[in-house]
Amino acid sequence: MARYDRAITVFSPDGHLFQVEYALEAVRKGNAAVGVRGTDIVVLGVEKKSAAKLQDSRSVRKIVNLDDHIALACAGLKADARVLINRARIECQSHRLTVEDPVTVEYITRYIAGLQQKYTQSGGVRPFGLSTLIVGFDPYSGVPSLYQTDPSGTFSAWKANATGRNSNSIREFLEKNYKETSGQETIKLAIRALLEVVESGGKNIEVAVMTKEGLRQLDEAEIDAIAAEIEAEKEAVEAAKKAPPKEK
Amino acid sequence: MECVFGLVGNDFAVVVADTSAVHSILVHKSNEDKIMILDSHKLIAASGEPGDRVQFTEYIQKNVALYQFRNGIPLTTAAAANFTRGELATALRKNPYSVNILLAGYDKETGPSLYYIDYIATLHKVDKGAFGYGSYFSLSMMDRHYHSGMTVEEAIDLVDKCIMEIRSRLVVAPPNFVIKIVDKDGAREYAWRESVKDAAVASA
Repeated sequence: MARYDRAITVFSPDGHLFQVEYALEAVRKGNAAVGVRGTDIVVLGVEKKSAAKLQDSRSVRKIVNLDDHIALACAGLKADARVLINRARIECQSHRLTVEDPVTVEYITRYIAGLQQKYTQSGGVRPFGLSTLIVGFDPYSGVPSLYQTDPSGTFSAWKANATGRNSNSIREFLEKNYKETSGQETIKLAIRALLEVVESGGKNIEVAVMTKEGLRQLDEAEIDAIAAEIEAEKEAVEAAKKAPPKEK
Repeated sequence: MECVFGLVGNDFAVVVADTSAVHSILVHKSNEDKIMILDSHKLIAASGEPGDRVQFTEYIQKNVALYQFRNGIPLTTAAAANFTRGELATALRKNPYSVNILLAGYDKETGPSLYYIDYIATLHKVDKGAFGYGSYFSLSMMDRHYHSGMTVEEAIDLVDKCIMEIRSRLVVAPPNFVIKIVDKDGAREYAWRESVKDAAVASA
């Protein structure tokens, strides 16, 4: 195995590209990120590792916009993310310049995934160590979308997905609890999913909401309020479970 | 024959452009909008080679938008003007753009401003400026009647005076003009001054 995992362009005998798989490991070590699609809204939530006391938290934005109607969150190597995000932003404007239309979510996802794939088939480079969650509304049709890409360059559309640390637990939770929601309900679902693996509180998660009007970052107070609502609902459910057996 | 002019008022800047698209002796259309909204608080009024005009201003517009996404804040008017001039200067001795530009903008910190950028990459920050044959008349009118701190009404009055001069004194005067304004509330179309209306396309 040691001979087949150095160079990216070498397959192992059993058909693996080890560098790509190691890149996926890097993603698994990154912060948790979750995306949930509603009927009129798409929500992105990202775990915020506790900021160093002296760090200006405003300079660490984990959910970024690529264009007025497209946003991206990612898990993995943040420095690699900067490069990818920059290229995507240029492509969004370039598309507008050449065809006088904003990009669709699928187009820019295909572009980013294509870029990630290129770096799995070139000499002397390593793959990008990140998976992205891309959300947005298609221009004109106004349909909301959520897409995910990974270091191998594959991409697909999702109703809800998670990536990064403990993404399996979050995805399990989403599979059990997903239903078509809109507005505030979608935001709550996304935060609930994230709180499965992250310590509760507005300080530890960053949430942004994409509507037809554009991207809106939720501020700490708002997130705290919704987290409190979720806690209260959880407790109510717990209490309901405990109460009936005693009423015998 | 293309007329573009503009001035800075009390808390706003106004730019005016003619709206004829001309090819030799033929007028293609007389409702061509030559003032592009660069971003929420900037206007670019351009005159010159039609292909270059559209190509260059759209290129500037997309780069200004890219800057905003990359940096989270919009460019200042001065920065946008200098960027535009830089692009003209770079292309000048290889593949020059034949475009003259009046860039008007409003910045929260510094208020309204107007920049004169000609096709060989001259850049001047001005209170009033004009391009084309119409400039002979509009600059003279503005020199006579302009004073700093004009209100919107006074400025539009001056604009109308200039348009009247151009219409009466320029041999091939464009019939229609568009007026756009930029202030703290953003860049927007203010009015059209039409003496010839393009016939509406008849439905099938």
